[in-house]
Amino acid sequence: MSDGGGDTTTDLVEELLAGKHRALARVISKIEDRSPGYREIVSELHRHAGSADVIGVTGSPGAGKSTLVDKVAAAYRDRGETVGVIAIDPSSPFTGGAVLGDRIRMASNAGDMDVFFRSMSARGSLGGLSTATTDAVTALDAFGKDKVIIETVGAGQNEIDIVRTADTVAVLVPPDSGDDVQMLKAGILEIADLFAVNKADLDGADRTVQQLTEMLHYGERQKNGPADRTDRAGEDDATSEEGAGADPTSEEGEEADAWEPPVIETVANSGEGVDAFLTAIDDHLRYLDESGKREARQRSRYAAEIRTLLREDVNEMLERELEASDGIDGYVDEVLRRESDPYAVTEEILAPLRDCLRERREQ
Amino acid sequence: MSADQQTEASIRCLVAKVGLDGHDRGAHVISRAFRDAGFEVIYSGLHRAPEEVVQAAVQEDVDVLGISILSGAHNTLVPRILEGLEDYDALDDTLVLVGGIVPDDDKDELRELGVAEIFGPGASMDEMIDYVREHAPERDR
Repeated sequence: MSDGGGDTTTDLVEELLAGKHRALARVISKIEDRSPGYREIVSELHRHAGSADVIGVTGSPGAGKSTLVDKVAAAYRDRGETVGVIAIDPSSPFTGGAVLGDRIRMASNAGDMDVFFRSMSARGSLGGLSTATTDAVTALDAFGKDKVIIETVGAGQNEIDIVRTADTVAVLVPPDSGDDVQMLKAGILEIADLFAVNKADLDGADRTVQQLTEMLHYGERQKNGPADRTDRAGEDDATSEEGAGADPTSEEGEEADAWEPPVIETVANSGEGVDAFLTAIDDHLRYLDESGKREARQRSRYAAEIRTLLREDVNEMLERELEASDGIDGYVDEVLRRESDPYAVTEEILAPLRDCLRERREQ
Repeated sequence: MSADQQTEASIRCLVAKVGLDGHDRGAHVISRAFRDAGFEVIYSGLHRAPEEVVQAAVQEDVDVLGISILSGAHNTLVPRILEGLEDYDALDDTLVLVGGIVPDDDKDELRELGVAEIFGPGASMDEMIDYVREHAPERDR
C-alpha cells in the first residue's frame, strides 16, 4: 500500500477549495490528529471561511439528535443548500477506542455527497476537542457548505463549550425526561436558542413542553426585572440597546432585544415538526443578523479561540523548555530538599520570558 | 513523529454491511473488538448500497474498510465499492478487508481487485486486530 504521500499543505488546501471531497476528509483528519502542518492549513482556510451558518444540536443520548439532524440536512438539501455535519461521540477513557454510531441514522442523505457527514470521537485532551471542532467547522465552511451542523451529547462542560461555538443552539428534550428539577441542571436552559421536544408522539410530551415553557417564562421574568432598572440607569448594556433599535420584532413591555427560545414539538422519525424546527432556526439566524448579535457572538468566539490557542501554545513551549533543561525532576528535588519552593521555581523558569516580553513592549 | 502525536492519531475503521444481508452479529462483534483495541470504529448499519459505503469511507477518511458480507453477493458488491473508492482517489491508501463466507475460488479475484485480506469463519479477533495494526496504511499524518 502506498501512503497518500505528496499531500503537501498547499496542494491539500487547493484541492479542498476546488471541491475535492477526499481533500476535505484528509484535512479534517489532520485537524483531528493535530498532525504537522494542520495549523498552516487552518490559517489558510480561515480566509475562505465565514459564510456558513453553524447550528449546534445537543441533547441526552437517545433524544433523537442524529435522526433529527438527518431530516434537517435532507430539508436543507431540498432547498438547494449544501450541508456539513460533525457528529461527536464519546470515546472510551480506557482504551481510547470508540464506536461512532451517528452515521447509521443518516439514511435520508445516503449517497448524497453534498451532505458531508463526519464522525469525530471525543479523544484527546480537555479543550482539545473544541479546538478541533472549531477547525473542522472552518474546513467545512471554506469548502463552501451553506449550513454546518454540530451534533453532540450535551453532557459536561467540554461539550457545552463545543456547542456554544454555533450560531444557533438547539437543545433536544425527550418527553418525560424527569421532573422539572432535571431541567434546571447542566445549564441547558441557558445555552439553548430553541428547544425541540422530540418524540412528541409519546406520552408526556405535552407536559414536557409545558414545563419547559414555564421554566423559560420564569427565567424571562428574572431577566426583565434588571432590564427595567437598566432603563432607569440609562447607560448599562449600551450595545444591546443599539441592537434593539434594529429589531423590528420587538414588542413593548419586553426587553426589546430579547430572544425568546421557542419550544417546538418534533417527531424526527416521521419528519413531523421538522419544518417548524427549520423555521425556528431561520428566525433565530435572522434575529442574530438584525440585532447585530451575530457579530457580537463571533467576536467573543474568536476571542475565546485566541485565548485557548495561546494557553495551549504557551503550555507546550514551557513543556519543551522544561525538557531541554533536564525535565521537571531537578526542580522537584530542590523543592523536596526545601532548597526551593514551587513559586520560586516557577519564577525562575518564567523570568527570562517575562524579561523578554517586557523589553519588547518597551521598545 | 513524537510520542505525543502518536497517541492522538488512532486507527479509524469503517465496518460496513452491504446489500441484502441481515446478518450483523459478526459486524457488531468486530466493531466492539476493534473499539476495545483502541480503534475508532464507524459502523454503517445494515443494508447499505455500495455508493453509501463509498461515501462513508471517503468522508470519514478511514484507514481501514471492513466489509462484512454473508450473502454470497461479494463478486457483485465488493468490486463496486472498490471502483467507487478509486473514483475518489481513496483506494490506494485504504486497507480493504472482507469478512464473511467467500469461497476460495473467489478470494484470488477479490485480492486482485484490491482487497488486502479476507477473513472467513474461524478467524480470531486477535489475528484480525494484529493484521490491521500491521497493515493500516502509513499516512503523512
